[in-house]
Amino acid sequence: MDSAAIVRATIGGLMIGGAAALLLICSGRIAGISGIFGKVLGADAGPGRWRLAFLLGLLLAAWAALAAGRFPAAHVQGGLLLAGVAGILTGLGTGLANGCTSGHGVCGLSNLSLRSLVATLTFMGAGFATVFVVRHLY
Amino acid sequence: MQKITEFVAGLLFGVGLLLSGMSDPGKVLGFLDLFGSWDPSLALVMAGAILVGFFAFTMAKKRTANFLGGALHLPKANQIDRRLVIGAMVFGAGWGLAGFCPGPGIVSMFSRQPKAAVFVLAMAAGMLLFEAADRFIHQPRARHATNR
Repeated sequence: MDSAAIVRATIGGLMIGGAAALLLICSGRIAGISGIFGKVLGADAGPGRWRLAFLLGLLLAAWAALAAGRFPAAHVQGGLLLAGVAGILTGLGTGLANGCTSGHGVCGLSNLSLRSLVATLTFMGAGFATVFVVRHLY
Repeated sequence: MQKITEFVAGLLFGVGLLLSGMSDPGKVLGFLDLFGSWDPSLALVMAGAILVGFFAFTMAKKRTANFLGGALHLPKANQIDRRLVIGAMVFGAGWGLAGFCPGPGIVSMFSRQPKAAVFVLAMAAGMLLFEAADRFIHQPRARHATNR
């Protein structure tokens, strides 16, 4: 891993933390993407439509990167069917667990939540196991 | 004002995801591939995020209102139950299959990568399916009786 990637990963992480911090201290809300997206899907944009504002910001980042021709390359493994299955599992799983990598992983751990620690270790473990099976056993 | 900070938070989150490389499933799967050529990037991203987040949450827990005077909606749930563990296992499996999770999926949706769009649509379907099933299972008992 080259030093440029290390720097980008760290700064990017600080930004993600900064975003969660901003949402918490100015709106008192948790930056959990599965929850935010899930609620908007259920037509609940929240008081002041805060979830919509957040999602629009998220999408603007993507659009800006695309417009500037600087959207990072993505190396996606598998095909459309795999993406579909992965998506359904993600939707069901985050619904049950009430959180994802940002909700439990970033916010929950920042909040010293044991519940989030268990969730994070569990989904990481499942991730490790799945990749192991797909890449090294199958 | 609050609307602006909420929008900026989303924007900053998105930029962070893109800059850190987390929008690239290859990098995410590289981290989850413990027995392959391991890419520690995701750990660095998490560490950086939690470093900042920890300060924010520590500050927030000492307050009764957020900085703009409104309510603080800190999570109250602290139970560790089957729902949490099974949900996390299912989510982790999905994550390990395509290397996408909600944030990166949404951010990548409009890039020239149809798999991200398929992922997000399927995720939406999964969420709606979960909501419907959850509501059905937790119907009031009286309703169950009359259905017989």
